Amino acid sequence: MKTSVAIVALAAALAWAGSAAAQNKNVKIGSLSDQSSLYADIGGPGSTVAAQMAVEDSGMAAKGWKIEVIAADHQNKPDVGVSIVRQWFDVEKVDVVVDVPNSGVALAVNNVIKEKNKVFLNSGAGTSDLTNKACTPNTIHWTYDTYALANGTGNALTKGGGDTWFFLTADYAFGAALERDTTNAVTKAGGKVLGTVRHPLNSPDFSSFLLQAQNSKAKVIGLANAGGDTTNAVKQASEFGITQGGQTLAALLLFITDVHALGLNASQGLTFTETFYWDMNDGTRAFSKKFASRMKNGNVPTMVQAGVYSAVLHYLKALDALGSNPNDGAKVVAKMKEMPVDDAIFGKGNIREDGRNIHPAYLFQVKKPSESKGPWDYYITKATIPADQAFRPLSESECPLVKK
Amino acid sequence: MIPLLGISTQALFGQLLLGLINGAFYALLSLGLAVIFGMLNIINFAHGALYMVGAFCAYFLLNLLGLNYWFALIISPLVVGLLGIVIERTMLQRLAGLDHLYGLLLTFGLALIIQGVFQNYFGSSGLPYAIPRELTGGTNLGFMFLPNYRGWVIIFSLIVCLATWFMIEKTRLGAYLRAATENPALVRAFGINVPRMVTLTYGFGVALAALAGVLAAPINQVRPLMGADFIIVVFAVVVIGGMGSIMGSIVTGFMLGLIEGLTKVFYPEASNTVIFVIMAIVLLVRPAGLFGRTA
Repeated sequence: MKTSVAIVALAAALAWAGSAAAQNKNVKIGSLSDQSSLYADIGGPGSTVAAQMAVEDSGMAAKGWKIEVIAADHQNKPDVGVSIVRQWFDVEKVDVVVDVPNSGVALAVNNVIKEKNKVFLNSGAGTSDLTNKACTPNTIHWTYDTYALANGTGNALTKGGGDTWFFLTADYAFGAALERDTTNAVTKAGGKVLGTVRHPLNSPDFSSFLLQAQNSKAKVIGLANAGGDTTNAVKQASEFGITQGGQTLAALLLFITDVHALGLNASQGLTFTETFYWDMNDGTRAFSKKFASRMKNGNVPTMVQAGVYSAVLHYLKALDALGSNPNDGAKVVAKMKEMPVDDAIFGKGNIREDGRNIHPAYLFQVKKPSESKGPWDYYITKATIPADQAFRPLSESECPLVKK
Repeated sequence: MIPLLGISTQALFGQLLLGLINGAFYALLSLGLAVIFGMLNIINFAHGALYMVGAFCAYFLLNLLGLNYWFALIISPLVVGLLGIVIERTMLQRLAGLDHLYGLLLTFGLALIIQGVFQNYFGSSGLPYAIPRELTGGTNLGFMFLPNYRGWVIIFSLIVCLATWFMIEKTRLGAYLRAATENPALVRAFGINVPRMVTLTYGFGVALAALAGVLAAPINQVRPLMGADFIIVVFAVVVIGGMGSIMGSIVTGFMLGLIEGLTKVFYPEASNTVIFVIMAIVLLVRPAGLFGRTA
């Protein structure tokens, strides 16, 4: 054991000495996600594919860079996630961790990445705390957050007459953050929250919770959950005649894979906020077609997977601009913030000092079966929320990095 | 409306009924496990995966062959039952007479393989399966809106559970089965083909799982992991009821459904855990389970 440790240390020292002499053009990307459970279709293997596509499209290999993508399953457990990234940093020499859905895991991993001065490009997690109280100079939150979801959907529905709300909330960091941010958006728009019920993550049966929501007589039932929990709740809500009874169902976080799993019959009319849809312009269509052809189940990319692609692409651009891998996470993130973001996925944007990547968000509605022209033709764009209004304004920020 | 513990009696009735419906699934699944354990002494960890295969079977019957829910209710258990027979003949039979642990490991491995294969091809978010047309809509019971389909689930599974209990406890075939578990050599001496009986029992047990899978398909998504999420709870039900006790697993299934339903009202955060708390208490107080006999 002792000798093997010594050999590893020696090898590391030699590698370090070697790289110091030549320029270090090696990069290792770790895609940490839920690979096998309720969020696996949202990020999971698709996020790894997206990261690999970004590496290929960056053209860095031709410039002498050696970039490797590895993946692991955090099983939605913060302790598992933390031990994986520690091993990644200490043994595998990973430079950047991408994706990480599940806010609980993301917040735990966030601390380790700062401690080790690596880079965290989060696409999958919802909690807006990642760029607020928990912000770090090493973290960029790329795709969406609970503030944007709440602001988009909560605001639109409350102003449209749905001024009383009841929440079904997933009982962990993400659900709590989404409920809190939506409550703020609803009360700001003049609405009221009548009650809430917190269900455990990954619940097979929502009938009891739906019945409580029904009895509350609230006009809007907000689903502050995601993935399999949301699809089960939506499906069972239609079974219990929730919408026929005059209540509106608001899926606060809905992904295209959820709509696909539910079918249009059960999901039609749902209004929700996302920052990406595959069928928006030529750029998104081309990317999505290529992506789907590499997926075993032929799924188009979710916004999380598209976000991983976009984030990795921008990361590599920053490395290219730096000329070599400085082995200094904060330095790379600073460079990323300095450079404007521009790609086919989210269009033009920028990364704020708190680590929030800024781009427009969209209010979508699920099509009726008669309106859909085929598989994956699911969304109607109801409204575009401009980039400067989609996310939490810096004036409300509690992030210590924001100078006031 | 008389409020009780902070909620109205009407709402409470609704919650109790929902609890019973979930209990119906627990009963149906734990019944299959109890039959298999009682007769074969195998702790069948593949039960959840075969429940999932039952649901997928219904999905394929509908989308590939155009056969609706009612056909699936018959064909899917037959298909999965046959699969079970193949599994028993080719693999489980070789473990007869060995420690429980071998059967447990084998079936657990099988479950992982089956789930892995389905997940590889269908992802994790699942496929839609609609409620059969005859059972859409619902009835207003005064205290709640009961979807017709859920009403059907509770009645149908009760009938299946009681029929199974009757067959095993009250008929001659059942008597052979019970005798064969007590003393296979003696029963064989009477000219009864015990290995075949064991194979058929396993097939029947997993067919019950497939039946539960078809029943669940319209309520949940047809997902590769639908069984994995469920099976741990169902094992807890079997342990609480007493391993191998037929009536025990039926009664415990419904009872725990009720308790879980009440937890969802009074302390929803604990609703996924309450069954395990009860299991721990039962194991402390009555290690053989509520309906089990101590060996």
